[in-house]
Amino acid sequence: MSISLQEIVFYVVAACITVFSVMAVTTGRLLRAATYLLFVLFGTAAIYGILGYTFLGAVQLMVYAGGIVVLYVFSIMLTRSNKDMKYRIGYAKLFSVLASVIVGAGLMLFLIMTNGFALNVIPQGDELPVEKVGMALMGMDKYQFLLPFEAVSVLLLACMIGAILIARKEK
Amino acid sequence: MEIHVVHYLVVSTVMLFCGIYGFFTRKNLLAILISVELMLNATNINFAVFNRYLFPDQLEGHFFSLFGIAVAAAETAVAIAIIINVYRNMKQILTDDITDLNG
Repeated sequence: MSISLQEIVFYVVAACITVFSVMAVTTGRLLRAATYLLFVLFGTAAIYGILGYTFLGAVQLMVYAGGIVVLYVFSIMLTRSNKDMKYRIGYAKLFSVLASVIVGAGLMLFLIMTNGFALNVIPQGDELPVEKVGMALMGMDKYQFLLPFEAVSVLLLACMIGAILIARKEK
Repeated sequence: MEIHVVHYLVVSTVMLFCGIYGFFTRKNLLAILISVELMLNATNINFAVFNRYLFPDQLEGHFFSLFGIAVAAAETAVAIAIIINVYRNMKQILTDDITDLNG
């Protein structure tokens, strides 16, 4: 049994995602949490790349790592809440949250493991060509996505205007 | 090339439940939003993985996670605008202090 390069990359990325997503919700500094979130998003982009969806990985890198995390960092600095995390959570609440999370994760993992696809291998190695993505985005036939594309563009415009309206200083 | 479907799903499950844990325990609004991002990201991974696994020739899951990323970006922008506005009015963004809408 030989281990291919793809497997090594996947397991390293998976370990990174697991560790950093745990640290992102347990660290005491908000700026560090945003940084760990950035690493988790990088790992997700790498997983898209391993799956062959390189366009999706590039979108993930540009939108999330380039846009959203920068937005987070700026708003953390604007609200001066980096060291604002020293509050106490009651033991009862912490216990109940931990219990529900662990039980939920256990149930989910049990369902995944006992489902039929436990030993199936993902077909890999073929990268999705970008022109296929472009053709599917710009057509109105079956399995083409022009309408959601336009709807998302209108949604983005609306939320841009909404965000400016909400965050603007009132005279 | 022996990566099983389950391994991807385990990664996204861990990410999802980390997000849920953070959503319940954090009190800073921005930290809650970071947890929500973790949850959305886990679902996007699942869409891509199941698309690749079940229908490798079609692109439904791929586009679902593409549009999910766009919607998540929109949601984050509006939520951060609201949070900054709350901070401007109340000088804090901890959930314990923002109780004006309690009725």
